[in-house]
Amino acid sequence: MSRAKVVEQHLFDKYLRVDRLPHIWCPGCGIGILLSCFIKAIDTLQLDLDKLVVVSGIGCAGRIAGYIKVDSFHTLHGRAIPFAVGLKLANPSLNVVVISGDGDIFSIGGNHFIHAARRNNDIMVICVNNFIYGMTGGQYGPTTPYQARTSTSPYGNVEHAFNLPHVAASCGAVYVARWTVLHTRRLTESIIEALQKKGFRFIEVLSPCPTVYGRRNNMPRGLDMMKFFMKNCEIRNFEDTKNIAIEPGEKIIIGKFVDIEKKAFEDAYYELIRSVRGY
Amino acid sequence: MSEENEEEDLTRRRLLKLAERQKIKLPRGKVIIIKDRCKGCGFCIEFCPQGVLVQSEEFNALGYHPPKLVEEPPFKVCINCSFCTSICPEFAIFSIPLEEEEEKEYG
Amino acid sequence: MARPPVLTGIHFMSGNIAVAEGSIAAGCRFYAGYPITPSSEVFERFAERMPEVGGICIQMEDEMGSIAAVLGASWAGLKAMTATSGPGFSLMQEHVSYAVMTETPCVIVNVQRGSPATGLPTLPGQGDVMQAKWGAHGSYEIIALSPNSPQECFDMAIRAFNLSEQYRVPAIILMDECIGHMYEKVVIPPKDQIKIVNRKKPEKGKPYLPYKADDDLIPPMAAAGDGFKFHITGLTHDERGYPDLSAEAHEKIIKRICDKIRLNTHKIVDYETFRMEDAEIIVISFGAASRSAFKAVELAREDGIKAGLLRLKTIWPFPCDYIGKLAEKVKAFVVAEVNYGQLVHEVERCAHGKADVILSAVMGGRIHRPEEILDKIMEAVK
Repeated sequence: MSRAKVVEQHLFDKYLRVDRLPHIWCPGCGIGILLSCFIKAIDTLQLDLDKLVVVSGIGCAGRIAGYIKVDSFHTLHGRAIPFAVGLKLANPSLNVVVISGDGDIFSIGGNHFIHAARRNNDIMVICVNNFIYGMTGGQYGPTTPYQARTSTSPYGNVEHAFNLPHVAASCGAVYVARWTVLHTRRLTESIIEALQKKGFRFIEVLSPCPTVYGRRNNMPRGLDMMKFFMKNCEIRNFEDTKNIAIEPGEKIIIGKFVDIEKKAFEDAYYELIRSVRGY
Repeated sequence: MSEENEEEDLTRRRLLKLAERQKIKLPRGKVIIIKDRCKGCGFCIEFCPQGVLVQSEEFNALGYHPPKLVEEPPFKVCINCSFCTSICPEFAIFSIPLEEEEEKEYG
Repeated sequence: MARPPVLTGIHFMSGNIAVAEGSIAAGCRFYAGYPITPSSEVFERFAERMPEVGGICIQMEDEMGSIAAVLGASWAGLKAMTATSGPGFSLMQEHVSYAVMTETPCVIVNVQRGSPATGLPTLPGQGDVMQAKWGAHGSYEIIALSPNSPQECFDMAIRAFNLSEQYRVPAIILMDECIGHMYEKVVIPPKDQIKIVNRKKPEKGKPYLPYKADDDLIPPMAAAGDGFKFHITGLTHDERGYPDLSAEAHEKIIKRICDKIRLNTHKIVDYETFRMEDAEIIVISFGAASRSAFKAVELAREDGIKAGLLRLKTIWPFPCDYIGKLAEKVKAFVVAEVNYGQLVHEVERCAHGKADVILSAVMGGRIHRPEEILDKIMEAVK
C-alpha cells in the first residue's frame, strides 16, 4: 500500500492527516488509541477545529501532533507546555491541548509542568505514560516502575515511579484524572469533560509499549499489557492522589481525582489589563 | 471451548433468549475493516464482547493478518457496541449500525 | 492613565528602557522573560507597559520557558520578545535552533555582562559575539544588531523586529551592561514616522504549504487559529511541514534558510564610519567599546596617525566582503572588544592576510580607556 494514498475510509479520517498513514507507532502501542479517543471527544463536542491547537514535545507520544489535522506544533523535548502557554496567552480564542509523553513532560519538562499548573494556565495536558523512554530505545524514566528492567536499568530500576496525578493535584491543577488506553469510554468521557473546563487540566493515560518496555518486562505483546491493565486496574474516583502511586504488585488506581473550579491565569491577567486601561 | 468461555457463551445465550421473549430488539452492527491499515495487535479480536472477530489467514500489505468477522446468528453477532472502533490504534476497523434490509440478509 | 504604545517626545532613558520602548513602538505585544542582571529592567518596563497597550507580559519559570513562550506567541501571530544576559542566552540556544529551523520571527535582547559562567553580573562584557552566531547546534544564519547608545537601542529594536519579520529568523540585540544601564537623551518620533515591517501572510481560502518559499526564499507565515490547519515541526521537513528525514530534504531546507540571509547580507549589514576616507589603520569596534574607540581615533589623528573607525551596527551577518575590500587598502585593523578575542577572528578571516589584525582586548568588567586602543593603533603603525 502506498504510504501516500489519500483515501478517506475510516469514520475519523477527516480528523487525520490521512496522507501520512499508517502512523509510525508499533503494533500493540496504545498511542493510536489515545489519538482515537481524543478524536472521538472532539467529534462529540463538535469543537471548532480552526481554533483547536495541539502542541507536543519529543518522543513517541509527541508524534501525535503530526497526525491530527488541526494547527499542530511538534516542539522541543520538554518544552511543549511553555510553548502552549505562549500560544494561549497570545490568542485566548485558541483551544490549546498539549499531548506528550511521560519523560518529555515530567523529566526535562517537569519545571514547566509544575509552574503552568501553579499559575493555572488555561491549557489541557494529556500525558501518555508508557513507563519508558520509547523513541530512544527503552531507557528508564521518571515513571518507570520500581524493579523494572530497561536498557539503562539492566539489573532492575532502583527508583520509584513519579505519582503524576499527585504532582498535578499538588501544583493546583483544576482537573486531574488517570485512565488507561483500555478504558476507552471513560477516557473519552474524561477528555470531553476536561475540554469543557477552564484552567490547567491534566489527564494521565497509561499505555503499553511492547517493543522496548513490555518486551523486557514479561509483557512482549501489547495485548499482554492490556490484559495486565484489565486485571490490575481499579477505578476509585476522587481517591486522594497521595494513595495512587504505581508500585509493582499493587493495584493501579485509575479514575477522576480532582475536578474543581479556579480562576485561570489568563482571566486574571486580562482583568488586570482592563483595570490598567481603565475599563 | 474452555470452561470459562463455555460459561460466558451460556450466559450470553440465556440473555439473548430473554431479550427475544421480552421482545427487546438487540442492536445489530456491521464491521468495516480497512485491511491494509491493520498491524495485527489483536486488541479488537481479544476485546470484542461478542467474540465475533477472529484473525484471518490472509496477509495484508504490511505483512500482518487482519481480523475478519465470523458471526453465528442469532446470538453471536455484532451488536454495534463500537468497542473495536475505540480500541483499534490504527484506525483500521469500525462498526456502524446494520440497515434493516441488511439485517434480514444476515439473519 | 494608560500611555500609548509610541511615547513620542524627548526622553532621558536608559538603554534597557529604550530597547523596551522601541520594541513596543515596533508592535511587540508579547514578552515572556526571566529576571537576570543586567537585563531585568527591560522585563520590568514590559511588565509596566504591556497592560497599558493591551499586550501580555509573563514571568516564566526559567529561560527555556521564556523563549518557548515567545515562540508560541509568535506562532499565534504576535510580535514577541525576551531579554536576558549571557548565561540565560546559553540556556535559550536550543530554542534559537528551533526558531531558525521553523523560521519563527522573534527578538532576543542579550545585555551582555562579564563572562564566562556567573562572571560579573553587574558589569559590561562583549563575550557573546560568537555565541550569537554559533551558540545553537547546526548550520544556520542569524541576525545580530549592536547599539552603542540608548537612542540606538530604541531605533535598533524597531529594526530588529522588522528584519526578524521580513526574514523569518530570530534577531538578537547584542547590548551590554554599560549601554543597558546608561541614561541618555532618546528622541521618539511620531507613530506615523516609524516604518514597520510585518511577516508575509498566506491568502485565506487558498491551499497553503507552510514551507513553500516565494522567490525571495521566504514562505508566508500563517498564525494558529487562522484556519490553515498546518503542522510545524523541528524535524527536517518538506514544503508541507511534514517530517522528511532524508538527506535531500535536509540539504534543500538548510540551503534555503541560510541563503535567505547570506544572499541578502548587503541589505542587512549596517555600520558607521568615522574618519575612514584616508585611513591606514582602521579600528573596528561595536557597542560600549566603540565609545572609547572614537576617542582613540581622535587622539591618533592628533598625533598625525591616519586612523579611522568602522563601528559595526550589525555583528551578524558579518560584513565580510566589505572587510576584505578594506584590507586591500589599509595597513592594519585594530579590533577593540570587551572579551579575549571573538570578533577579531572574523576580521582575520575576512582580511585574507591582506592587512595586519591586532586585538585590543579588555576581558570584561569595564570598557577600554581610549589610550589602551591608541597603544594598539601605534603598535599597528610600526
